[in-house]
Amino acid sequence: MSDSPQHRLFLERRSYQQRRLVDALRLLPILGLLLWLVPLIWARADDVVPAVSVVSASVFIFAVWVVLIVLGAFMSSRASFGDDPEAQDAAGDARNKGSTWNS
Amino acid sequence: MEQLNLLIGVSLAYVVALFLIAFSAERAARKGGARWLRSPWVYTLSLSIYCTGWTFYGAVGFAVRSGLEFVTIYLGPTLVMLGWWWIVRKLVRIGRNHRITSIADLISSRFGKSNLLAIGVTILAVVGTTPYIALQLQSVTLSFGIFAGASGEGTGSFHAGTTAFWVAAGLALFTVLFGTRNLDVNERHDGVVMAIAVEAVVKLFALIAVGVFVVWGIAGGIGPMMAQMNASGLAEWNVSGGRWAGLMFLSAAAFLCLPRMFHVLVVEGDDERHLRTASWAFPAYLMLMSLFVIPIAVTGLNVLPAGANPDMFVLTVPLSQGQDTLAILSFLGGLSSATSMVIVASIAVSTMVSNHIVMPVWIATTGGGASVSGDVRYVVLLARRISIAAVVMLAYFYFRLSGGGAALAAIGLVSFVGVAQVLPAMLGGIFWRGATRLGALAGLTAGSAIWVYTLFLPSFGSDVVFSGAMMQAGPLGISWLAPHALFGITGLDPILHCLLWSMVLNTGAFCIVSLLTFPTPLERLQGAQFVNVFEHGASASGWQGSAAQSEDLMVMAQRILGPREAQALFQRAASQQGVAGLMPLPDPAFLTSLERALAGSVGAATAHAMVGQIVGGASVSVDDLMAVADESAQMMEYSSKLEAQSTELQRTAEQLRRANEKLTQLSVQKDAFLSQISHELRTPMTSIRSFSEILRDSTSLEAEAKAKYAGIIHSETLRLTRLLDDLLDLAVLEEGRVTLNISQALLADVIDTAITSVRGSADQSLAIKVDHGAAGELMLSTDTDRLAQVFINLMSNAQKYCDADVPQLIVRVRFEDGRAIVDFVDNGSGIAPDMRDVIFEKFARVGETKAGGAGLGLAISREVMHRLGGDVYYLPGQGGTAFRVEFPIKLTTPSEAA
Repeated sequence: MSDSPQHRLFLERRSYQQRRLVDALRLLPILGLLLWLVPLIWARADDVVPAVSVVSASVFIFAVWVVLIVLGAFMSSRASFGDDPEAQDAAGDARNKGSTWNS
Repeated sequence: MEQLNLLIGVSLAYVVALFLIAFSAERAARKGGARWLRSPWVYTLSLSIYCTGWTFYGAVGFAVRSGLEFVTIYLGPTLVMLGWWWIVRKLVRIGRNHRITSIADLISSRFGKSNLLAIGVTILAVVGTTPYIALQLQSVTLSFGIFAGASGEGTGSFHAGTTAFWVAAGLALFTVLFGTRNLDVNERHDGVVMAIAVEAVVKLFALIAVGVFVVWGIAGGIGPMMAQMNASGLAEWNVSGGRWAGLMFLSAAAFLCLPRMFHVLVVEGDDERHLRTASWAFPAYLMLMSLFVIPIAVTGLNVLPAGANPDMFVLTVPLSQGQDTLAILSFLGGLSSATSMVIVASIAVSTMVSNHIVMPVWIATTGGGASVSGDVRYVVLLARRISIAAVVMLAYFYFRLSGGGAALAAIGLVSFVGVAQVLPAMLGGIFWRGATRLGALAGLTAGSAIWVYTLFLPSFGSDVVFSGAMMQAGPLGISWLAPHALFGITGLDPILHCLLWSMVLNTGAFCIVSLLTFPTPLERLQGAQFVNVFEHGASASGWQGSAAQSEDLMVMAQRILGPREAQALFQRAASQQGVAGLMPLPDPAFLTSLERALAGSVGAATAHAMVGQIVGGASVSVDDLMAVADESAQMMEYSSKLEAQSTELQRTAEQLRRANEKLTQLSVQKDAFLSQISHELRTPMTSIRSFSEILRDSTSLEAEAKAKYAGIIHSETLRLTRLLDDLLDLAVLEEGRVTLNISQALLADVIDTAITSVRGSADQSLAIKVDHGAAGELMLSTDTDRLAQVFINLMSNAQKYCDADVPQLIVRVRFEDGRAIVDFVDNGSGIAPDMRDVIFEKFARVGETKAGGAGLGLAISREVMHRLGGDVYYLPGQGGTAFRVEFPIKLTTPSEAA
């Protein structure tokens, strides 16, 4: 069974990169969350230091938004799930029973 | 008045246009020619029902009250969609595989098709959705009121209640018309979806138009706008960290759990590939929707008198500037947001109500299943239509009773917290196989109870349900039970307070009870299928071989699916089973697929109950589960065996192919040899004959000539003899009749003998270098004459065939594990790879023969070496032709060779 497709240990370059792309896709919302939690440490109106202005706050929040959308669009269009059977394998993370990171 | 009439006219025209769009989309879908109806863009736009009238108008009001905090409502869904690979993708796959009709159906189906759970989720959805629909009615009514006020009519001719009633009635009609046209929820509501997509474009366009007007029309560009923002009352960041993170989480949870969102995301969206586009396009939509909210809020604060309702700034700012067209556009945007939400929400909730409350009751009261005749579809559709009307009218009464106003405006987030109570059961259900029905029930109950007690009931206002004193001091004076300060934790924002406690207790109860209880077999089966949905293409069967009558099933299926579709389904199953005719055998696979089809119409729990009635309740048992597991394990084992076998077969086939190739090559060579050997025999025979004729016939020959001719005859005879000797030798060797004469000799001596013999018999010069190493002094105990014969053969081959300008042969000797290894490497051009297999065969010769051997030498050598317990073979990669001879220095079993 060691050479059957589900348990293949090493992949050719294309499938390998497809899997990494999916990894990146998974990480994207985590990146977004971290960036959008940055406002938690901003100085507020009732703090001693001057508060962050609404313009800078908006610019930050919307800039993060645009970057996330662009990254998401780029990666979603590059990832070819469903089209090629090997990438589909990567997609079928359940095949890896529990560990989705062992590719 | 004129303006109001114009507004009413435009609204009616807009509504008629929506009806037409929905109608033509339905028609196009029925004809099957409209692929664009199912494009990812339509899917993305249909998701925009997340932005309701509350968000269209209310976001600006939210921003005026709390600054940038409003944006969290959009950030949560953005993260969920960008992270579609984690959750949404799985939900869509499960929805498609299991024909899920609603979020209640998902929960019920996952936890053993439990109708109790479905009823719980349905009630929660109704309670959470009704105020939300009321909120939409309020936003439409308020915006009408603004126009009525602006046109100087006052509130006399404008009656909020009447407006709300007609809006509600119109929406109910639209929803009934296009939302309950067909029964199978998985057959998408193309008309509805299309209308919603159009409305999505309208509301985005309207909001951006107002935003552009505000930034460039009033403020005069981006720079001045920013200056105004920094000068306004919203200038400073003033969002509490708890609410910032909490609302982001809440909106993300609500995005997944709101019945209407689940409906467009999972039930209507049957193609996972659409997610690829929606994953970034929907966040982009949300971003655009919130881009101008702060500018509009700031401008509204600047240009409108103090005390103006900030919730209506989107409408009142253009009106105050005399931009009536823009205001009407903005009104249409608000109307779109409100109507699309009401339509989808009422479809989603009515589906739950009819599938999980009306149908079970109907089945129970009429004795259900197969015994009753009549079209069940009619019952289901009627139930759904009545549910839609009831939900919308309930919302209307809620609106009338609550009187509209601030209390209602706050209900948006309250409703979010309510539906978010489904989240632990949903995520636990799709990621954790250990989640049980009782766990889900416990979690839902705990969470909902906390929500009702600490948020929903208090949201009606002080002294409506709970008295102000009780809110302060807690029930019966027990302070740690005060609704807004559970367990003595005071000072928290009520939303955050409820979210925290309900989520903690909900998840806690869900996990602990799941860990402590044991699931039923059906739960385990469904759990495995949901969690491993990407693994299982088809499902394991939930039914076992039964006494069910296909006829009864047919009767039932016809009444739910309609005769044509039911017959098609049965026929498909029959042909899959290989049974002629319309009636398939009621095997487990067929029963499961039938149940799935029914589930698409009436929900998993009802479908399961109906099939169960006919099949006789013979559902799965633990033994069946184990059998299924065994079966699949056996199949996996079997398939791995098959795989191994097939690789072996492949290997054998490859060997056979090579053998065949060799045989074909040999046959060609044999033919070539036959002509060659005839030639070889004929040439000496011809010269012998002619010279002997000369000797016989000529009398006047000189003695010298006679001697010469006789010499030629003699040498030709020798050549013939040698050829025949070789053939004989080979035959003897091959038949194993050879006798070996074991003698003792130094290896170096054997090689020297061979060299001397080769040098003596040839005129060509071949430089032979011997590299004895340490092994040259080995004492051999073998048939040294035969060994020398092999060496001579190899050396003379080098002499004959080496095509280098200065031919050279190197003989290297090595000793390893009791075996001598002698390499013969020349500096010629080597032997082509395809010939290496053949040269050891009899009669084989490489290329044109300038030296005229018969091609037996190597064949004899190999036979000899085999007799000596060794081998001779071609050694590739040495730069020239190279052969290796290896043999044991002591031939231990001479008897075997004999």
